[in-house]
Amino acid sequence: MEATSIGAGGPGGPRLEAPSKRRGEKAIQALLALCGLLSVLTTTGIVIALIGPTVGFFQEIPFGEFFTTGWFPTFNPPSFGVFDIVVGTLNVTLWGMLFAIPIGLGAAIYLSEYASPRVRKVVKPILEILAGIPTVAIGFFAVSFLLPIIQDVWPGEFLGGAEKPFLAIAAGLGIGLMIVPIIASISEDAMSAVPQGLREGAYAMGATKTKVALRVVFPAALSGIVASIVLGISRAVGETMIVVLAAGSTPNATLNPVESIQAITSFIATTATGDISQGSITYQSVFAAGAVLFLMTLAMNIISIRLVRRYREVYE
Amino acid sequence: MMESHVPPTERARFAVAGARANVAAVLGNQPRGDVVRNNAFAGLLLLSILIALAGLLALLIQAGAQGASAIGPNLLTEPPSTIDTANAGFRPALIGSVMMIAFVIALIVPLGVGAAIYLEEYADETRWWNRVVELNIQNLAAVPSIIYGILGLGLIVRGPIDLGFVLLAGAITLALLVLPIVIIAGREAIRAVPPSIREGSLALGATQWQTIRRQVLPAAIPGVATGVILAVSRALGETAPLLLVGATVFVTFDPSPLEGGYSGLPVQIFQYATRPQEEFQTVAAAGIMLMLVVLVAMNSVAIWLRNRYEQKW
Repeated sequence: MEATSIGAGGPGGPRLEAPSKRRGEKAIQALLALCGLLSVLTTTGIVIALIGPTVGFFQEIPFGEFFTTGWFPTFNPPSFGVFDIVVGTLNVTLWGMLFAIPIGLGAAIYLSEYASPRVRKVVKPILEILAGIPTVAIGFFAVSFLLPIIQDVWPGEFLGGAEKPFLAIAAGLGIGLMIVPIIASISEDAMSAVPQGLREGAYAMGATKTKVALRVVFPAALSGIVASIVLGISRAVGETMIVVLAAGSTPNATLNPVESIQAITSFIATTATGDISQGSITYQSVFAAGAVLFLMTLAMNIISIRLVRRYREVYE
Repeated sequence: MMESHVPPTERARFAVAGARANVAAVLGNQPRGDVVRNNAFAGLLLLSILIALAGLLALLIQAGAQGASAIGPNLLTEPPSTIDTANAGFRPALIGSVMMIAFVIALIVPLGVGAAIYLEEYADETRWWNRVVELNIQNLAAVPSIIYGILGLGLIVRGPIDLGFVLLAGAITLALLVLPIVIIAGREAIRAVPPSIREGSLALGATQWQTIRRQVLPAAIPGVATGVILAVSRALGETAPLLLVGATVFVTFDPSPLEGGYSGLPVQIFQYATRPQEEFQTVAAAGIMLMLVVLVAMNSVAIWLRNRYEQKW
């Protein structure tokens, strides 16, 4: 190879190869690759941690008994109908998203299409601060501020009345508050990436500002907007502290906002608190519930990553 | 201007006036309905921002108002207590949090920056394994924190690593949880260094690693630091994974890394918040204020760093 190479390093010219083999360089590259590999090992670790006890769990509890209602893992005999806690998770997620989607998208459209640069410079960092508030603080807020207000304003016996000590909708609103900055910032990114030419074209055709925002920018940024919502749902499903503090711990397959429910995450957090014995069916049920949660969020994360990639490809 | 070029005849004057009226009709005032609809829509958008900000404000005011009476030096110097509730504080939890954060920083800075350098400077994106690593990091950033708790419980506390329910296990769990934040921020910072800097360095005979160490990394430091601060502030506020790896005990003594029970600030807040007594609710609110002050300060530094040192090449 060396003999046939052409150009400055060709026959007779100065050699361009490094005088040594650069073993140090290769070692450094290998070390850095190992750091990258650690992330793959983390995922593998999660899967391994989940699989062992989950397999053990399904050796004792048949699938049919798992995918049904009635979640009483500590009763004698115990019953493991996971739908109770899955529906509980969906309950708080539903009310959270009903709050977060309009507010988050409204904030995103305002920041991207209406706000002056000065307003944007103030509001965006404030939203980032909201995104950085620990969920235990939001959970405390939900249970000690939102919950009493909901109980006050709830119309009497509607849907059974709101006089329980914990309410799914209090946790839902707390989760909504947590999700708003996620939806707002990713959607705003997507809308800002829409080329100015599309807006100018619409104005030239006589469109009003509202129409430009809703019928040109919004559809053009749709994949990013959907990605932000899917990621928001994934966050809501995986949220623990807000549900533990505000939604109670009563397994209950209902979407009723004024019921006390148990989510998958709150089951895990309240059950796996150190002193459960390893190998018991309760211990294994924590990992089985964790596997359900992991698969739910994994599916949504992959959809969201794909969608974000799509709008990046189109406009950047 | 135009009139000077137009002959001063009646016909031309009418023609110009007509054209002006047409232009005014098309480009001038919008129909009333459109104006109303535009303003209503803008008002709705503004309202949604205001609701989000009001939520943030209410959270701060509520914690401040409820916790005000408990704010004092006790909060920092006293352990939690069920007997002397008026003086209950966060001392062991604070020490635990500080120790965990120290371990977290020691782990995420080398590992996160190393992975970011590899992915940006060495990895060939056309190879499938490098794409797997990339997709994997994006997914890890969105895996629920409690799943990391399960990882910690299954593999670090028990299983192959078998550390037991100790502070170091909590720190490793938190480090794995926030590592993707550092990697993603680090990659963005490294990518922002223009290729011409690297090419200049390589052309002068520097090796690839010399180029990275002496040119790319120094230029990327503000971005990396921002990512590390954000990651640490996330680790500081995480509660759920710690509940699974042992930080649940009502710790009244100062923790040590490898033995005995430990706690963290958010876990202790959670402990207080779940107790029905009024005094504990107050201490929980005061703890939240304490935590938020630290976090807001950290995040402000991160935002300031990003804006101050954002280099335009």
